[in-house]
Amino acid sequence: MISIPVEHGLLLATILFCLGLLGVLVRRNIIFVLMSMEIMFNAVGLAFISGGSRWHQADGQIMFMLVLTLAAAEVAVGLALVLQLYKRFKTVDIDIVSEMKG
Amino acid sequence: MLDILWLVPTFPLVGFLLLACCALPKKIASWVGVGSVGLSALMTLIIAIELLNLPVTEQVFRQTLWQWFVSGDLHVAFTLYLDPLALVMMCIITGVGFLIHLYSVGYMADDPGFSRFFAYMNLFVSAMLVLVLGDNLVLLYLGWEGVGLCSYLLIGFWYEKPENGYAARKAFIVTRIGDTSMALGLFLLFMHLGTLDIQQLMQSAGQTWTSGSSMPTLAAALLLGGALGKSAQLPLQTWLPDAMAGPTPISALIHAATMVTAGVYLIARTHELFLLAPDVLFIVAIIGALTLLISGFTALVQTDIKRILAFSTMSQLGYMFLALGVGAWSAAIFHLMTHAFFKALLFLASGAVIICMHHEQDIFKMGGLRKCLPVSFWSFMIGGLALAALPLTSGYYSKHEILAATFAFEGAGNNLWAAGVFGALITGIYTSRLIFIVFFGEDKTHAQESIGLSIKLPLLILCALSLLGGMIQVPLESVFPIVAESPHMKGMVNGMTSLAPFIGLFVAYLFFYLKPNLPQTLVNTYPGRLLQRFWFSGWGFDWLYQKLLINPFMWFVRVNKKDVVDSLYRLIAWVTRMLHRLLSLTQTGRVQWYAAGIALGVVAIVGLGVWRDHLWF
Repeated sequence: MISIPVEHGLLLATILFCLGLLGVLVRRNIIFVLMSMEIMFNAVGLAFISGGSRWHQADGQIMFMLVLTLAAAEVAVGLALVLQLYKRFKTVDIDIVSEMKG
Repeated sequence: MLDILWLVPTFPLVGFLLLACCALPKKIASWVGVGSVGLSALMTLIIAIELLNLPVTEQVFRQTLWQWFVSGDLHVAFTLYLDPLALVMMCIITGVGFLIHLYSVGYMADDPGFSRFFAYMNLFVSAMLVLVLGDNLVLLYLGWEGVGLCSYLLIGFWYEKPENGYAARKAFIVTRIGDTSMALGLFLLFMHLGTLDIQQLMQSAGQTWTSGSSMPTLAAALLLGGALGKSAQLPLQTWLPDAMAGPTPISALIHAATMVTAGVYLIARTHELFLLAPDVLFIVAIIGALTLLISGFTALVQTDIKRILAFSTMSQLGYMFLALGVGAWSAAIFHLMTHAFFKALLFLASGAVIICMHHEQDIFKMGGLRKCLPVSFWSFMIGGLALAALPLTSGYYSKHEILAATFAFEGAGNNLWAAGVFGALITGIYTSRLIFIVFFGEDKTHAQESIGLSIKLPLLILCALSLLGGMIQVPLESVFPIVAESPHMKGMVNGMTSLAPFIGLFVAYLFFYLKPNLPQTLVNTYPGRLLQRFWFSGWGFDWLYQKLLINPFMWFVRVNKKDVVDSLYRLIAWVTRMLHRLLSLTQTGRVQWYAAGIALGVVAIVGLGVWRDHLWF
């Protein structure tokens, strides 16, 4: 069994996380924002898995299960919001919905 | 049976609560209002009989109700202390108070604020009883402030008229100056002697301080300040004449018979302290003599029936202070008692006149009322005779005792006595002037005496007390140091003391009855007019205070309209508001900005955690 060094796993996770964050920050289409958040979730999950396999602990995988559940819940709520948004504004552009300001 | 002492102040308090909280119909309100004080008077009677049957040295009773508060070394218990001095005050408050309450039922019958009036009156009686029964100075101060509050409420009882509210505020603020001084005195006493319990305080003051040293002098002077304010003596006397804005029973109860004597009571109660400060005691005598002369002259030229009586009250309080100053303690309390009788009578009688004249108070619009108002006339006559201290009336005995003690006083005794006798002469003049103008002379109006039994009965009883009150022996031997054998004046001095009121009477007879035009001719000359205006304004004290205190204060208020001190707090508020504006700029409603903020925040916090050791803090 070829073992992948933990640094590689973490590096990949970091890159994925940053890409996801960038997506969240710059995309205007709310569906893409949600997808970018998914990427961030998975990057975090990957970091957990690599950590777990490095120290031979099951904790990393358990945490990943938790992240998956969280992601599922987030998508359920998020998509419902997107539907509502589209119904009201006939658009999925996130900048249009900037009414809640101080 | 002395255990029922606590009931005495409680009845009026319950009466107050009932009247204040429930909207009672007039009939029940009058029963509650008068009944509560009547019950108190009854209890007082029982207690008096009980206490006076004890041997003289044991005439002291103490009743602790509960611990009021404890703060550090200061333990203040709600303790009532009864001794003959407190008993005399209690009898005056509940007895005269009850008669005045009864009178008020008739006097205030048509007033829309009927039960409010009785609520305040009951609260007043209760507070005054706490004042005289208080075992420690804190409790006394509670009653002291309580009566001050009631005085304020009752002077401004007819609050629709702005000048009544002004008079009420004036009374409150002027007495507050004295009260502040008294509070400082309390602090000083507690700081140096570690207790405020009156009996302990007096004892340890005598042990700690030597007579005439600076500490007791300062403490006594501060307490004197409080007494001056409450008893309307120079220089805090200006509030009392204006206090006549209240209903007449109030003037009788609070501003003549009871509350204004609180200052006299305070000095008598703490006389051991004052004996340690002979200088202050001498000042008390001087202030008394000055006040009695100044207010006597002022009363000579007033035209408002109640103002004349108000100035005469000040003058009589001056006699009491004179007596206190020369160490004639029981004479002062005796005069306090007889004064309560005849001054209450005079005020109530003037109230009856005012009712029958449809609220006319100018004596020059009255005249010849002798025939149409017989009850008021005779009451006024008896009260006036007692006030002028004609022989055989109650006022004669008490005033005579004071003047005798003053004459025997070493040092300035003769001068003080001369002032007192001259004051008695003036008292005779202004009293008979009042009676001559109001009840004799030509008829100016036609009045009908329409007063009910509830007005006539108190007048009758007070008439009897004013005439015979001099026979009452005030049982104060155990309270005050025994004066070496009551001094006897020599024939000449004695005669002058007794004769002075008669001379006054004769002068008034000459001026205001035989030749009613003579005073007017005198006033029309230049010095006469000047003097008349000067006296009428109460020796210009109001003017002086206006110029010296009020105007500078008003000027300062105008200059400082924006409040310099407040600007600091306004600055703080302004900075906060600006920061708030700044922060609210970040609330754009753009989700991605928020997300960026969160990301940056996380980076900063994580960075802080990772490079913690490399940072400068």
